Amino acid sequence: MEPSSLPPRLELTGITKRFPGGLANDHVGFAVRPGEIHALLGENGAGKSTLVKMIYGIMQPDAGEIAWNGQRVTIQNPKAARRLGIGMVFQHFSLFEAMTVLENIALGMDANIPARALEAKILQVMGQYGLKLDPHRIVSTLSVGERQRIEIVRALLLNPKLLIMDEPTSVLTPQEVEQLFVVLRQLAAEGCSILYISHKLHEIKALCDTATILRGGKLVDTCDPKVETSRSMAEKMIGGSLKDIQRSADRGFGPAKLLVKGLSLTPPGAFAVALRDISFAVRAGEIFGIAGVAGNGQNSLLLALSGEEVAPDHGAVVVNGDAVGGLAAKERRLKGMASVPEERNGHAAVPTFSLTDNAVLTARDRLGMVRAGLIDARAARTYAGEVIEAFSVKATGPGAAAESLSGGNLQKYIMGREILQKPQVLVVSQPTWGVDAGAAAAIHQALVDLAATGSAIVVISQDLDELLSLCDTLAVINEGRLSAPMKVADARIEEIGLLMGGIHGEGGSTHAA
Amino acid sequence: MRLKLEKRQEPSMAMLIATPILAVVATMFIGMIVFDFLGIDGFRAVIDIFLTPLLASYKWQDVAVKAAPLIIIALGLSVGNRAQVWNIGAEGQYIIGALAAAGVGIAFGPVGGFFVILLMIIAGMIGGSAWAAVPAVLRTRFNVNEILSSLMLTYVAAQVLSYMVGGPWKDPNGRNFPATAPLTEAQSLPIVVPGTTIHLGVLIALILPFVFWLVMSRAVFGYQVRVVGSSPQAARHGGFDSRRTIISTLMIGGAMAGLAGALEFTGALKAINLGFPSGYGFSAIIVSFLGRLHPIGCLIAGIVLAVTYVGGQVAQTTVHIPNATAGIFQAMMLFLILASDILIRYRVRFVPSAKPQAVAGE
Repeated sequence: MEPSSLPPRLELTGITKRFPGGLANDHVGFAVRPGEIHALLGENGAGKSTLVKMIYGIMQPDAGEIAWNGQRVTIQNPKAARRLGIGMVFQHFSLFEAMTVLENIALGMDANIPARALEAKILQVMGQYGLKLDPHRIVSTLSVGERQRIEIVRALLLNPKLLIMDEPTSVLTPQEVEQLFVVLRQLAAEGCSILYISHKLHEIKALCDTATILRGGKLVDTCDPKVETSRSMAEKMIGGSLKDIQRSADRGFGPAKLLVKGLSLTPPGAFAVALRDISFAVRAGEIFGIAGVAGNGQNSLLLALSGEEVAPDHGAVVVNGDAVGGLAAKERRLKGMASVPEERNGHAAVPTFSLTDNAVLTARDRLGMVRAGLIDARAARTYAGEVIEAFSVKATGPGAAAESLSGGNLQKYIMGREILQKPQVLVVSQPTWGVDAGAAAAIHQALVDLAATGSAIVVISQDLDELLSLCDTLAVINEGRLSAPMKVADARIEEIGLLMGGIHGEGGSTHAA
Repeated sequence: MRLKLEKRQEPSMAMLIATPILAVVATMFIGMIVFDFLGIDGFRAVIDIFLTPLLASYKWQDVAVKAAPLIIIALGLSVGNRAQVWNIGAEGQYIIGALAAAGVGIAFGPVGGFFVILLMIIAGMIGGSAWAAVPAVLRTRFNVNEILSSLMLTYVAAQVLSYMVGGPWKDPNGRNFPATAPLTEAQSLPIVVPGTTIHLGVLIALILPFVFWLVMSRAVFGYQVRVVGSSPQAARHGGFDSRRTIISTLMIGGAMAGLAGALEFTGALKAINLGFPSGYGFSAIIVSFLGRLHPIGCLIAGIVLAVTYVGGQVAQTTVHIPNATAGIFQAMMLFLILASDILIRYRVRFVPSAKPQAVAGE
């Protein structure tokens, strides 16, 4: 990229945003050149989202300046941002499941364009960037990768000069990530700047020209990711040295602690994915990973294992030799099965309850917190204190409301709440979703340590890197079916990617709408 | 200067307690102003409605007797409200409870005494909870909104009452008035304070809040109700059955309303006529919220509401305003308490008004 005499496409100077809890952005300043792919890196709570929301006009900075092509601007709302030429693809899509691709795009347009003209424009944009998508497909039949393409097309229709992508690859298969990168590189070559938010460092090394790193709302560094190593960037992000997972080299596995045999289950709800004939075994000391693109039955599997959904066949789930398929969550817990669902607030924990009260939620029976129908509040408080201590949870104490904790700290607390109960089998979904690198390392280590004591662990995650570094064995879930397990040491990324794509990947158009 | 609402880090305990008091005080002020505009002595009206019943000792027994059913019904409703179950039909459950007690009393004829009265009260609770079981089953089986079904059943209950007192249970010596025969002494609740109308039901209304407090704050059941109300998915994860919780909270609400009906019948009114449904079941909804769904709060709020009932009658004679005025004050209290809820999670701040800024692209 040649240095140009043009002013930067976007220049931020001294951007400051204050929230009641403190400063979300503290005098942040950096510039994005035309045609540059600029990474915005940082842990959760580092202030990336706040910063991007101010660029896209969702929030206003308390102080500081935004310059667009050298001109100072105030971006009052997203509409104004779009008029300037700023497009954004959010991490969470805003699509109507029951409508077609075309209808969804039409709904998101500021201008009123006739359907036929819009369709022609969409086809032209898709052709230009090699994005394959049928405008008449109903959204609910599309894979997550295809849904993201709708959002990208929607943004591209406005001929953006700056495209903001918020964690775009967290829901994609490795192949889909490659395809996305091709599109982004083409866009950049045509002069569109891209602000790329991610915490996946190898992607940033592969894609980005510049990386701006935030920590605690402050700008730490602006660097060249091609020169930096993933480790050096990670350490700048967390402001300390990164800990590797410690585990003993000669680990052996004991007998199977969790057996799943021909588990089929259709949970209630219109969008729940049915599980089809799932079988696998997890031995004592083993960490078993389940990879897959979001929405392929991971939630159903967690519910079926935790006992929140009861299996029709009592023998379909066996814990430590006891059939538990027909038992509900409470009874399965007594048999030694613990679980951590993906959603922290409102599923794993009650947001408005104190940590003490949240300890009661899953630990009351195993740890004897109930006597004669009454809850022993002191025992619960003591246990909550132990979890806080053992997992270095940052909280004002056991009385702190769950919702007052940051995502990472609440996740550490929830993991600790289950792990300190010494379960025979622990099933966790997305253990480090939205958790900063420091907390993620602590959670990973805790899982490895629990396995070392002879527990069987199932980790359901969409983060393939996490599974490859953490697990001994890996299987892929796709449309409610589980692949044959493979040893992580012999697994090939391409093969896993293909299994993740299933019939939903390229050529998924055979899937009738 | 402009007002800004700022989210609090944690819900404010002080506001949780202060806002109900604030709501009552604001109700008094607004009432005063409105009455003045209507050409009525607003100050006098508010004093009579809110203070005279407390200052005049001969009114205390009226307040106590009126507070008892309000407190008892509100206790039951609060359990449901905590589980996000909205039983609006306590009035109907109250009616059925009283009718069930009357049925048992009639079945025993002239026989009375402790066990008969106990049976009448138990029948009242069963009747009330059976009436509440209908919306409970409709909600959990067919997803029918309990707000509508429980409210509609109130009108069914009123028709049942009208039929029973005008037909099968009509007092043969009642000059053809639609009313049951007055209870004999043997089937009536004992008076606990001699020389007053304060019956055993008042004592029960004083004890029950503490029982509910223990259950709601310490027992697994209370915890279960709070979890189901706060996040049903977390309840499932914790091994609690939401359906069963919904059914049991509705039936507890019904049982309490039925209990109140039976106590009101056997303790205060002694006969059921067409005027028996006096709106306690509806006013108890206000008591429940004014008391912050807390059992002790219900005790206090029940007394406050009872004061307005008695005070309404006082103001009727002193400043000649209709008895229904008390209802207006009660409704205003509910409105203000719900409106002031925002102060628990948000704080109000005065900030200097922002200077106007240029808008991009315009």
